[in-house]
Parts: sequence; C-alpha cells; structure tokens
Amino acid sequence: MKNESQFFAGTKDSLPIMFAVTFFAMLFGATGVNNGLTFSETVLSSASVFAGASQFVFLDLYGQQAPVWSVLLAVFAINFRHVLYSASLGRYMDGLSFSQKYSAFFFLCDPLFGAGEIRAQNHSLKPSYYFGYAIPLYFVWIGFTTLGASFGKLITNPEAFGFDMLLSIYFLSLLMGFRSRPNWLASVLASGIASVLVFKLIGAPWHIMIGSMVGVMLAAMIGKPDEDKTSV
Amino acid sequence: MFDFFLLPATPVNVWIVILLTGVVTYITRSAGHVVLARFKNLHPRAEAALEAVPGAVLVTIVLPPALTNGPVEIIAMLAALAASFRLSPIAVLAIGMFIVVVGRAFGF
Repeated sequence: MKNESQFFAGTKDSLPIMFAVTFFAMLFGATGVNNGLTFSETVLSSASVFAGASQFVFLDLYGQQAPVWSVLLAVFAINFRHVLYSASLGRYMDGLSFSQKYSAFFFLCDPLFGAGEIRAQNHSLKPSYYFGYAIPLYFVWIGFTTLGASFGKLITNPEAFGFDMLLSIYFLSLLMGFRSRPNWLASVLASGIASVLVFKLIGAPWHIMIGSMVGVMLAAMIGKPDEDKTSV
Repeated sequence: MFDFFLLPATPVNVWIVILLTGVVTYITRSAGHVVLARFKNLHPRAEAALEAVPGAVLVTIVLPPALTNGPVEIIAMLAALAASFRLSPIAVLAIGMFIVVVGRAFGF
C-alpha cells in the first residue's frame, strides 16, 4: 500500500474512537474552565498531555490545591500503563526512523496502542498508518476541548449541573473498567482501605501515594509466578 | 527550585505544571521502549504489580472523598457502581450525573 492510502486506512480505523472522544474532550474543556483553569490553560492541557484520565486527575488535584510533586506523581501513576504499551508496540517499529519513533510515542494513547497491535499482527505497522490514526485523533481531542471550554464558561452554577461529582463518577467507571485484570479486587480493596486510613490519619495527598503503593505491593506478592517466565 | 514542587500549583504557575504533566506523560509513553524493551522477559511479580497500578491509583482518588459525601452523592455513586457492571463509561456517567442534578434540583 502507498503511504497515502496507509494514512487514510489509519484515519478510517480511528473514526469510532474519534466519535467517542469528542464527548470526553468537550467534558474536559467544560470541567477545566469550571475548575479554575483559564481557556488557554485547558486547551494547553489537552495539547501537551493527550491522555484524558490523567488530565481529569490533574484538574481534581489542582482544585484541591495539592502540592506540585503530588500532582505530577499522580499523573505519572495514572499514565504508568503506557510503559507497557511502548515496550510492546516498540517491537514493531524497526522500520521507523529515530525521530519518527520518538514522535510516535507522544501520541501513544490507549486506542492507538490497541489499533497498532492489531495492525502489526495483520499487516505490518507503517509510520503512515500510525500517524494517520494519531494525528487526526489528536486534533479532534484539542478541537473539542476548545469547544467545551468555550461553552463551559457559560455555565454560571456548576454545582447545579453536578460538575463537582463528574470527576468522581468518571474515575469510578474507569476503575471498574479494569476489573477483569488478575487480582484486581484484592489490590483495589487493599488500596481503598489503606487510602481511607491514610486520608483520616495523615491527610491529602498522601492517601493517593501510600494507598496505591499498598495495592500494588499486594498484587506483586500474590501474583502467580508463571512457570515459563520465572527463569529470568 | 525545590520549593516549586512542594507548594501547591497556583493560577500564576499552573501553565508550567500543565507542561510538566505533559513531560511526565511522554516519559511513560517512551520509557517502555527505552527501558523495559531491553529485558527479554519481565518478572511475573513485576508484571502483576504493573497490571495493578491503574486500579490501585483510581480507588485512592475515588473512595476517601466519597465517604464524606451527602446522601444524593452517595446514591449517585452507588448507582454508577451498579451500572458499570453492564454499561459503557459514558452511560455510567450519564446515570450518575442525572441523579446528582435531579437530586440537587429537588433540594437534597
């Protein structure tokens, strides 16, 4: 396939995702301007991060006036899954130049990882396909953030619209989205209990760091050693 | 210099914090290839720990503040929790927000 048709094949595959992210991008835009960010700061967040869940976490902690280090650590933790994405998808990127590869990683969001893996299995992963998927999606994300931020300022009473609860409910749905993972319930319960205790005894933002550490360590302890892999 | 990281983000410096969240995100997106890909096999315990990270972090953000909520908010969260077993995140959000907005409109 020519580069051009590869690019459009990528764009075509991203259409359903584009449709889905318009909603969340507008929501982020509206929530941003109602959580103390200016219009341009809200758009800057979408342009520089391009990872919805962590952008909402940033808004939440900024609203709570959490210290900068804890904001950055929370964003790092939420986005930590991407480490696995580039470790896996990077294996199919031998055909990419250095600058192509390291600009490709900038866009490596959840749907792009999924699409890239499938593409690499069935065809080979060409840079034109990858960027054909990524770049239009990126501009849809920024564009609809801009739209949401413009309309969000028209809302004078965000509490009546439940904007303060929006983040919690959204995070809850994300949390439940991971429930098929091994030992999910055990690690979530451990983290949940630990975070409540730390929240009461020490206070924010430590409940996020200490609480999540407890669940992650429990997962490491009860994780089943796989016979094939333990030899390393 | 270090004070910047210890203090809360303010409207004056928040744009730097936003750019830093972008940098931190980029690090997670490239580090896997730069670091992890050098190891042929990841230790299963390390893999189990990595798998648990998003759930473990999200519950710490959701749960402690939820316990200090009022009745409308708690009902909305419980309904969203129940809905999340069957429905997409967008539908879960719609149900939860509907309960919050209606409950508050009636003055709860």
